[in-house]
Amino acid sequence: MIEVMHLGKRYGEVLAIDDVSFTVAKGEILAFLGPNGAGKTTTMRILTCFMPATNGTAKVAGFDIFEAPMEVKRRIGYLPENPPVYPEMTVSEYLQFVAKIKGVPHPKIRAALASALEKCNLGDVSRRLIGNLSRGYRQRVGLAQAMIHNPDVLILDEPTVGLDPKQIIEIRELIKGLGGEHTIVLSTHILPEATAVCQKVVIINQGRIVAVDSQDRLSAQVRKSEKISVRVRRGEAVEPEKLLSIEGVQQILPQPAVDGEGVFIVEAELGRDVREALSKRVVESGWGLLEMKPLAISLEDVFLQLTTEEKGVEEAAAAPAPAEGVTA
Amino acid sequence: MKNILTLAEKELKLYFISPIAYVLAMVFLMVSDYLFHSQVFFYSTLSSQAMRAQGNAPQINLHEILFRPTFLNMSIILLLIMPLLTMRLFAEEKKGRTTELLMTSPLTITEIVLGKFLAAWFIYALLLALTLHLPVMLSHVTYVAWKPLVASYLGLLLMGGVFLSMGLFASSLTENQIVAAVISFGILIGFWLIGLTAQTAADSSVGEVFNYLSLIDHLDNFVKGMINTRDLTYFLSLTILGLFLTHRVVESQRWK
Ligand SMILES: Nc1ncnc2c1ncn2[C@@H]1O[C@H](COP(=O)(O)OP(=O)(O)O)[C@@H](O)[C@H]1O
Ligand SMILES: [Mg+2]
Repeated sequence: MIEVMHLGKRYGEVLAIDDVSFTVAKGEILAFLGPNGAGKTTTMRILTCFMPATNGTAKVAGFDIFEAPMEVKRRIGYLPENPPVYPEMTVSEYLQFVAKIKGVPHPKIRAALASALEKCNLGDVSRRLIGNLSRGYRQRVGLAQAMIHNPDVLILDEPTVGLDPKQIIEIRELIKGLGGEHTIVLSTHILPEATAVCQKVVIINQGRIVAVDSQDRLSAQVRKSEKISVRVRRGEAVEPEKLLSIEGVQQILPQPAVDGEGVFIVEAELGRDVREALSKRVVESGWGLLEMKPLAISLEDVFLQLTTEEKGVEEAAAAPAPAEGVTA
Repeated sequence: MKNILTLAEKELKLYFISPIAYVLAMVFLMVSDYLFHSQVFFYSTLSSQAMRAQGNAPQINLHEILFRPTFLNMSIILLLIMPLLTMRLFAEEKKGRTTELLMTSPLTITEIVLGKFLAAWFIYALLLALTLHLPVMLSHVTYVAWKPLVASYLGLLLMGGVFLSMGLFASSLTENQIVAAVISFGILIGFWLIGLTAQTAADSSVGEVFNYLSLIDHLDNFVKGMINTRDLTYFLSLTILGLFLTHRVVESQRWK
């Protein structure tokens, strides 16, 4: 249903996303997981034809985002990071307006409105001004807005951000219920959210996809140590014992090298920076230090930047939540 | 076309919800009435003096002496209040992040720009319609020449189109409504200054150019009851220019 091919986006000098590719099957709920600034919003804005990509392209329901943006827009419902609502309008007025601009034919607008209000549990507040609603209700209006034209694809950018635990659970249940009927891409920086709601997880960090996996296999990834790659001129002179005596260093892993150079990976205790001591020791030993770099950010490091616990939500989920009244 | 009307309808709804259109209407109405009545007062003093001197009222063109100055002064008032009518149009969408809704819906930028423009123009037409009670009132006491009045209102409508399209352009540049209003004041005052310069530099060739660019001179032709293609082209092309610039700005913001 969605096919993203080598997408890249540059904001002036900043490379926001680079070579992002993934696919989403019909009816699937995909989590787009990554820390803040990873490029989730950027990717979603490109998919929804809000802004053009610098490289690559994508297809939604078979239509190319560059060649047939109007067709793509008709088939996508999008909930941006901030629900795009007019506070001066009532919920019904607003949803009717959205239905019209999304191209819902006139005789079907009433039915579309009724169904969106019902699915998002907004019946009680349909005549209220959006500006007077609570954050949770406004988010639901945002969701209703995204699905009012019954699109094939729903793109939801951090749909639970800023909500309280009870509201988070409600919104997640709502989204889960929409899967199957709609293909959903949901972005989040919260690991449990991705595993709770979605069947497939794409992890993005610093604009690059670092893993695509089903949600249960992701939990197996654990981070153990800091890794530093070191390259020296005289490989044959290297004595690993000299490095192992540095405080914090746990292991030295020799790597294949060419031209008599030596390359090895130094594994150190998690959270300890041994680079200064390491470089000093290598130089003193006269091995000819050529290069020293922390290893490319791995999945484990990405996990460190993610929110992996949700105290309030877990507790609220455990306790049977009372039905929420109109608290707006 | 359907999309344009949907968008215009939404803008109108927002205009009627917010107090600003009502406040503007009230101020505009009061000032126009004042301007008109001060002309009436001026005229009646003039004619009674003339009567005392000659024993009978001289033949004076009422349109020329009552309506023409009123409409020309009105255009200055409009220059001051129109930016307040357009400042919200794009700035507020950006601030409220609703641009993302519009731009990810199957709408073209042209439709979005025209929808907003038409809504503002409609509100402006309503403002102008409020002043129709002046000629109607006058027609109860004396003969009113309707033909130049029709031309005058047409001229005012067209000039308003220029003001509104410039204001829309200003609004597309920023997400701050006040900044948008200030920018459109700047643009409109620029046109007004061109008019002033045209008067002082009347006989040089620069004066000719400035004369052509001056809004007031073109409006004055309409107000005198003359409708010619030169003035029509002038107002319409400036309006289209403003809309075109707005389109460009909105399009370019997608790339940022
Ligand atoms: N309009 C912009 N101009 C310049 N840089 C931007 C802009 N929007 C986002 N960025 C940068 O692009 C990167 C990705 O941002 P974003 O897609 O918003 O990430 P996320 O949604 O995952 O938090 C960040 O480094 C951010 O600073
Ligand atoms: Mg984001």
